[in-house]
Amino acid sequence: MAKITIPFGPQHPALKEPENFMLVLEGEQISGSTINLGYNHRGMEKAAESRTYIQNLYLIERVCGICSHSHTTTYITNVEELAKAEVPQRALAIRTLIAELERVHSHLLWLGVAGYEMGFETLFMYTWRDREQVLDCLELLSGNRVHYSINTIGGVRRDVSAEQKAEVLKRIKFLEGRTQYYIKLALEEPTIAARTADVGKLPPEVALERGAVGPTARASGIARDVRKDEPYLLYDKLDFKLITHNTNDVFGRLVVRALELVESYKLINQVINNLPEGPISVKVPMKIAPGEAVNHYEAPRGEDIHYLKSNGTDKPERLKVRAPTLANLQSVSYMLDGGWLADVPLVIAAIDPCMSCTDRAAVWDQKKGKMAVYGWEELRKLGIEHYKHRGIDFSKL
Amino acid sequence: MKTIDKLITWSLLKSPWILHFNSGACNGCDIEVVDALTPKYDIERFGILLKATPRHADVLVVSGPVTRQQAKRLKTIYDQMPDPKFVMAVGACGCSGGVFDGCYGVVPGGLDHVIPVSVYIPGCPVRPEAIIDGVVKMIQSVEAASK
Repeated sequence: MAKITIPFGPQHPALKEPENFMLVLEGEQISGSTINLGYNHRGMEKAAESRTYIQNLYLIERVCGICSHSHTTTYITNVEELAKAEVPQRALAIRTLIAELERVHSHLLWLGVAGYEMGFETLFMYTWRDREQVLDCLELLSGNRVHYSINTIGGVRRDVSAEQKAEVLKRIKFLEGRTQYYIKLALEEPTIAARTADVGKLPPEVALERGAVGPTARASGIARDVRKDEPYLLYDKLDFKLITHNTNDVFGRLVVRALELVESYKLINQVINNLPEGPISVKVPMKIAPGEAVNHYEAPRGEDIHYLKSNGTDKPERLKVRAPTLANLQSVSYMLDGGWLADVPLVIAAIDPCMSCTDRAAVWDQKKGKMAVYGWEELRKLGIEHYKHRGIDFSKL
Repeated sequence: MKTIDKLITWSLLKSPWILHFNSGACNGCDIEVVDALTPKYDIERFGILLKATPRHADVLVVSGPVTRQQAKRLKTIYDQMPDPKFVMAVGACGCSGGVFDGCYGVVPGGLDHVIPVSVYIPGCPVRPEAIIDGVVKMIQSVEAASK
């Protein structure tokens, strides 16, 4: 059969960011793929070198709008380590609280996107409606819905009052009930199982070899979580389970994320009920002594690594960010191999890419010498139709 | 005004179709744009629909600073849209480059250095209410101009 190469991206209609996949197809089956990045490259690491540590805080927050707290916390831990600052316990607790709220918002967002790519739009609307509860909590605590800016060098900007605690707990209780429904849906709904089981397989040895992180690795049965392996903030004092699943497919990634939501609610409850007393920040000098620091952090998508080198001035000499999606993208080409074209949107969405955008796909038929162009939307429809012919239809629910 | 122009203006005012384009944003504005379309804000009830292709869109919603890689793609997409077309710069980055102004990978200045902009919506990130307000102001100005 003739091989066809289709470019995927970089323009997109939904919420994903620019990125390009070149897929080699044999009929409807994928026999190889190449990933091209750089459409979203802004040059932030260089820009960080010309800004002060406190200005960088607001730049680093904008690495990503979904996991902004992850990036600032990792960056700030480096700065505080170099400045030898003793951060108060209460500040660490508030950082942990925001981190878990962020994980809840990110996982709910992902559940919705996965539902959308499957053709299960009701799930998308449900989870995004419920996600507003977390955004309200974040707005209540930090003053903003997306970029919380709760971190400042030496602590946090805002304290948590008793009324805020009660309000957050009330909303988390509501979400706990909703999440039980989503877990039931994920585990028992035959249409979801039919769309996700055995799709985008990633065996544990390949996941290790390609350095998969976060829920993607955990769904392949690898017990890897920075919160457990090398606890930061208050995680060593908190009780939570490390969720893994051994089906190695998109179904496993769905289950891992849904069950992690429950663990996050447990963590939020523990932090709020045992908030240490004391100040929320300490003073840190503007100029940081020369040195190097590396820290990692379990962002909603996986391990986030920051490297920072200081040179004695108020500006860093070098900053390096390794975001989790970069680690997970290596596994995507393996997951796509041998799969169907119709599963591509779901497989790519399953790693929860933070910088992916896939809209236009042109199908190049070498035999006929013709080019047909697919939009992401059409490709999504193709996937939904493909499964409809096989009797999997969400519209009948 | 010809009848056909009247019809086009009427359909634009009643149901503007939008295309969302991420020209290098941090995702913050993008999730807020999607938020505006989902149940809490639900701008779809005003006839505002998200479209997948520029050829069906009346309004191009651009979030983020324009990266050098995306600039020519953005221009192509703008050219593919049928007239009359409008551009909304969403967020501080779209308006002026925001926090990324001066980065080597970003076109200096805001979105208006690449394509003409009709509406600027400030905020980092913008709130869904601000997006709705921007759409309403745009509709009002088109309505006023068509009279």
